[in-house]
Amino acid sequence: MTLLNKKHIAIEEAIARIPDGASIMVGGFGSPGTPFALLDELLAQGQKGLTLIKNDANEPDIGIGRLIKAGRVERLIASHIGLNRVAIEEMNHGRLAVEMYPQGLLAEKIRCAGVGHPGFLTDIGLDTEIASRRQEIELDGRTCAIEPAIHADFALVHADLADTYGNLTYRGTAINFNPLMAMAADTVIAQAFRLESPGSLKPEYIHTPSAFVNHVVQVDPATSEQGIREHAV
Amino acid sequence: MLSDQERILARAAREILPGQIINLGIGLPQRLFHYMPEDQHVLVHSENGILGCQPLADNAKPDYEMIDSGGAYIGASPGASVFDSALSFAMIRRSRVDVTFMGAFEVDQQGNLANWKIPGKFSPGIGGAMELAQKVDKLVVLCSHNDKRGNPKILKQCRLPLTAANCISLIITEKAVMEVTDQGLNVIDMAEGLGVDELRAATEAELMIDESRVGRF
Repeated sequence: MTLLNKKHIAIEEAIARIPDGASIMVGGFGSPGTPFALLDELLAQGQKGLTLIKNDANEPDIGIGRLIKAGRVERLIASHIGLNRVAIEEMNHGRLAVEMYPQGLLAEKIRCAGVGHPGFLTDIGLDTEIASRRQEIELDGRTCAIEPAIHADFALVHADLADTYGNLTYRGTAINFNPLMAMAADTVIAQAFRLESPGSLKPEYIHTPSAFVNHVVQVDPATSEQGIREHAV
Repeated sequence: MLSDQERILARAAREILPGQIINLGIGLPQRLFHYMPEDQHVLVHSENGILGCQPLADNAKPDYEMIDSGGAYIGASPGASVFDSALSFAMIRRSRVDVTFMGAFEVDQQGNLANWKIPGKFSPGIGGAMELAQKVDKLVVLCSHNDKRGNPKILKQCRLPLTAANCISLIITEKAVMEVTDQGLNVIDMAEGLGVDELRAATEAELMIDESRVGRF
């Protein structure tokens, strides 16, 4: 249990709760929504043997790319790692165990853990090679695959605006996996660009209610500059 | 004179109807943004969590928390919404996206699609392609007719691991526009000046071609 009035702590203290070998969900799709400051603190503190759960592997020199490059990640659960050639090399050389799922199934597996269900049934991928690794059942005459929920010890999420009780709001396409992961781990650590006192946020605009969040830290928006690359349609 | 890719894109844009919700896959399909008619009340869905993305205006400063699934900085079009990844795929699995455009390594005459993995060479993960291919009612494949070595990509049977089976509605290449029917691939349009024998020679799949009805593009 984390007391509402004790959630706002220093970034060093929050990340120090993570032991070697922990499983950690990391928000973000590419750069937006990736909690870069929390990840850099994790890199600095030296935890190793980690299992990371993130949509992608960021890029080689930012976010979880840095942790992978430093050899601190043992296992990665993701949907697409095409933008990180280092992660692909580590996977091909057997130094990084990678488990990949279709993106919507990954999101739903995390959502399931977050809402307290052990798993769900789906018809996605029944005609493809991913079917071979799943258990199937019949339901109302239809074949369905069982997808177990994915749960983690920790979740590191990025919010735009939060309050010190741990109410979170996200912005733009930085929402992505963050609200799902903020419900699916035992200990949830949120970073926010702006942190205000309780009562400042309109209740109906809150994306993740405080009940799910254990620790909240304020970070400088400038620390996410490392996630920027030039790319336009 | 238009390049092959420009001709594919111009032809593909004709598949978008006013008022529709569409998804543009990474690579060539994303360039469709620039071929869409304006003021048609079309919303572009991107599976990272936005319905209503549009290219940034020239010289516009990017918002670093606004990208599409290909990683490009985008803006929000009028009537846009943003949401989490689970909801984004709910929209896909519930067929609320009308049309999706994707690239392909291989397609075949059963409407099977392979576009995510080349065993031993390329396996970055499937991303959102499997769910889009399986669940969106109309899947339009945009690809070159042959690979870089000239081998056919329009096959009798896909050899690479499938993204989804029997999922394609229409295939648009620089040589032809082919609709997938229960009887096989029906050629609707052919490139200006291309002969039927030439098209068959560049294609492994069986093609149904009624020359009196084929359009040119």
